[in-house]
Amino acid sequence: MANEKYETHEHDVLIIGAGGAGLRASIEALNQGASVGVVCKSLLGKAHTVMAEGGVAAAMANVDAADGWKPHFRDTMRGGKFMNNWRMAQLHAQEAPDRVLELEKWGALFDRTPDGKILQRAFGGHTYKRLAHVGDRTGLEMIRTLQDRGVQQGVDVYMECTVTKLLKDGDRVVGAFAYWRETGRFVVFKAKAVVICTGGIGKAWRVTSNSWEYTGDGQSLAFEAGAELKDMEFVQFHPTGMVWPPGVQGILVTEAVRGEGGILRNKQGERFMEKYDPKRMELSTRDVVARSIYTEVREGRGSEHGGAYLDISHKPADYVKKKLPSMYHQFKELADVDITTGPMEVGPTCHYVMGGINVDAETGAATVKGLYAAGEAAAGLHGGNRLGGNSLSDLLVFGRRAGMAAAQYANGVGGSSVGNDQIEAAAREMLEPFERTSGESPYDVHRDLQESMQNLVGIFRNQEDMTKGLDNIEQFKERAKKVRVDGSRMFNPGWHLAHDLKNMLIVSEAVALSARERKESRGAHARVDFEKLDDAMWGKQHNIITRNADGGLNLAQRPLMEMPEELKQVLAEDQ
Amino acid sequence: MAEATLRVYRGDKDGGGHVDYKVPVAPGMVVLDALHYIQGHQAPDLAVRWNCKAAKCGSCSGEVNGRPKLMCKTRMDDLPLDQPITVNPLKTFPIIKDLVTDVSLNYRINKKIPAFTPRENTDWRMQQDDIDRVQEFRKCIECFLCQNVCHVLRDHQKTEEFGGPRFFVRVAGLDMHPLDSVSRTELLKDELGIGFCNITKCCTEVCPEDIHITDNAIIPLKERVVDDYYDPIMWVIRKLTGKK
Amino acid sequence: MSQSRNDLQDRRFGATFRTDSWWTEVLPVIIVFGGFGIYATWRAFQGVSYEFGPYLSPFYSPLIDAEHHWLPAWLSPALLILGAPLGFRTTCYYYRKAYYRAFFLSPPSCAVTGVGAGKYSGERKFPFILQNLHRYFLYLAILFIIILAYDAVKAFFFADGFGVGVGSLVMTVNVVLLSCYTFSCHSLRHIIGGKLDCFSCEVAGGARHKAWKGVSILNERHMLFAWASLVSVGLTDLYIKLLCEGTITDLRLF
Repeated sequence: MANEKYETHEHDVLIIGAGGAGLRASIEALNQGASVGVVCKSLLGKAHTVMAEGGVAAAMANVDAADGWKPHFRDTMRGGKFMNNWRMAQLHAQEAPDRVLELEKWGALFDRTPDGKILQRAFGGHTYKRLAHVGDRTGLEMIRTLQDRGVQQGVDVYMECTVTKLLKDGDRVVGAFAYWRETGRFVVFKAKAVVICTGGIGKAWRVTSNSWEYTGDGQSLAFEAGAELKDMEFVQFHPTGMVWPPGVQGILVTEAVRGEGGILRNKQGERFMEKYDPKRMELSTRDVVARSIYTEVREGRGSEHGGAYLDISHKPADYVKKKLPSMYHQFKELADVDITTGPMEVGPTCHYVMGGINVDAETGAATVKGLYAAGEAAAGLHGGNRLGGNSLSDLLVFGRRAGMAAAQYANGVGGSSVGNDQIEAAAREMLEPFERTSGESPYDVHRDLQESMQNLVGIFRNQEDMTKGLDNIEQFKERAKKVRVDGSRMFNPGWHLAHDLKNMLIVSEAVALSARERKESRGAHARVDFEKLDDAMWGKQHNIITRNADGGLNLAQRPLMEMPEELKQVLAEDQ
Repeated sequence: MAEATLRVYRGDKDGGGHVDYKVPVAPGMVVLDALHYIQGHQAPDLAVRWNCKAAKCGSCSGEVNGRPKLMCKTRMDDLPLDQPITVNPLKTFPIIKDLVTDVSLNYRINKKIPAFTPRENTDWRMQQDDIDRVQEFRKCIECFLCQNVCHVLRDHQKTEEFGGPRFFVRVAGLDMHPLDSVSRTELLKDELGIGFCNITKCCTEVCPEDIHITDNAIIPLKERVVDDYYDPIMWVIRKLTGKK
Repeated sequence: MSQSRNDLQDRRFGATFRTDSWWTEVLPVIIVFGGFGIYATWRAFQGVSYEFGPYLSPFYSPLIDAEHHWLPAWLSPALLILGAPLGFRTTCYYYRKAYYRAFFLSPPSCAVTGVGAGKYSGERKFPFILQNLHRYFLYLAILFIIILAYDAVKAFFFADGFGVGVGSLVMTVNVVLLSCYTFSCHSLRHIIGGKLDCFSCEVAGGARHKAWKGVSILNERHMLFAWASLVSVGLTDLYIKLLCEGTITDLRLF
């Protein structure tokens, strides 16, 4: 496909995204002898994994000897309200301990038990103390370990490079079209297999813990390449984001605060979780806690700035500083609050999407040949609601599996060619905004989209709101087509956003469409007009989004995979 | 609402200069918020790196009123708002555009360092007491503020002969790992040029993670280099016992 | 556009965008350090007024050939021994920071361009490469602590027997501060345990971990002890000098 106009790189496996999943995939693909390229939008080591705080869930039974893959599997399925891909939940529970121990062999240093093993802490929805952690900076430890390992193994990293299109040869994905953020110049990647590890979609909401990178790139790339998106309505609102001051609204407050004994109270001082989940209290699942806080606020019992109070100050100050150091500094420096002496103000923040690219459990293969996905971009493991700590283990388990499968596929697949027309069309699409002399700033459209998703497709949903939200998206799509970009192609955030906006609109529409269709409340998807679980109908259906011939979104339902008898028994066993 | 003036460097390798922007100040606002306001309302092409906005990723390093800072952590109410706030890119690294610099040097230096190499036949038990020290080094978020402020790189531009504070911290994290089996003193002395460091501690002053870079990483490493290369008695002992 | 690109890249001495008075950080160092240097040099060369009753000035301890049997009359006994404490402080990791900044302006302050662009070699060449021998000065310093402790004990025994004078207390405080400074040394911290990678794997590792932790706690205050002990040495000498010259009298408390 020699297109001499553009810089071209060739790899067996191209990995898009350099977070935990992407790096773990790249290490495994390298192990298989493949040549591997990793493309990422930011500098290496800055991906969203770095923000994961509380820990990585793995049933190593270092602290609670009764733990094992079965309880972890049960917790994951229950937390996900049985919308999970049971095979993924099983593989995840079985393989997570090995993946964590492997990190240690690559230099990671988790906190220790008195007998020198990896220490594990309690977390919402986990029956046992299960989260291996390093204070409250577990994600940083993970990404640095994986990054060092990948660099040592010889991965080629293309930093600050954004993929805008997957390239196809017939029905196969065979590469990607991208631009260098620094120069704005285009670059073509030729690959036998492509693995999407681009993370989530949270930047479509106003209050979010997600960074600018989380614009649904991978989901949109896969969708445009013809792959299926599954269960996009399941968007997790983390119960505890910062609410004050305004600049920090949405920034994550780790669940480890509750894992270490933090207590939630309303403005009357009531420990309100007693009403909503008396058994698990603060360590209930995230969907329940988020809705509880939201309900307290809506009914007038919120904190001063519209949240709830989260208090860990009953623990010794030294302990808090040792176990939650970054929370201590975050509140001290950004909010003038000393969490060792007083409560934090917290409220729900858009955090994670359980839905995503529909993949095969064993291999991470998407429904288009040559395309794989892992991590948050892929759907299946978490079902209707993700347990804290399960995402870091997800990255490791399925990053490895996708990397391995992609390398093996690449090994057995023949050459390919891409028509210049595909490449030229991708280049043209990117350059269009510069040609317009009038039009609004992409920032304006983005602000309005965030506001609309926040208010209409948020924690509590109803038919009317979501229809309005979808109407808004139609308008935003028109506006996005007409945005103007000022300046040059060199490191131009306005231009970058103009493109990211398109992705956010695709995933926003997918979320709103799926959510409007699912007429029940399940996990993170809460409808005020359908408050109950509907196991008979919706408990048996996935929402699947595909691309129409005209480029629009097509929504259909597909029955859940039948669970084998032995796993049903595992679920039936109770502790 | 109060208003602040940000005097932001706009330009690239061919030159540029400072441009003033007026920004309304909200409670608890940080410099990065102000830059986002400028992007959203006045200059959509203003280039600045950022990711987490919570001092965890180390992307938004810049120089605010001449001081190296993470801009997501630099509160507007800590700055004198009666005069313009100067926001510059990191001086030590070549400019790409506006506040974005080419930090690839750091990734090149990093590649010189041998990775963690576990001892043979370990049972992977480690005591918290043994790893406390190393965990401090692993807090590093690679914001490169220490690399930026270090005068060996900043003034003297010893980019090829000197590793810089970030990489001494990395080496310390590997060398003091209780299960690591490799000595990196030769690397420190020769390739990373630890002798260029004159322990003037600016790296420690700017570290947003409060890593005691000089006292806990660089000086202990200098002492390890002394053990292996400068201490005459240690040299005699090595000769007599035949141990490395 | 108020400035050109060249301003950002200015590498001439003093170039900075800092708006605070950065030079106030180095000014006290220059004054106190410089003042002490001048006073100590003068006193060391003076060769008189260093002993009063049981009190001996730390500048002159251990006192060698005070009667000038073999020592030339023009050579003060202080000059025989001052090299040890001077060397300890000169090669000290804290003082290095202080004087590289304040006197060598390399750099004068953080994010302020220093002098000597293009000629800098740090501690890789003579004479600064000798800083690597700090631990040997530490060994001498520990020896001096023993001697000064002996002096301090002696300061409680007057011609008429045991007693406590203000001078006894001054000398005791002085040796305590000097001990704090000496035992908070970075080299000691390394030798005593810091050089180990795995405390729990070594023989007596537990004890060495404790020792290392203890020195580490002191080490965090190394700067404080460096200044406090510098001032106390100077004041102890001054106190004894003034006693010798009869300017003040020693108060016997007991």
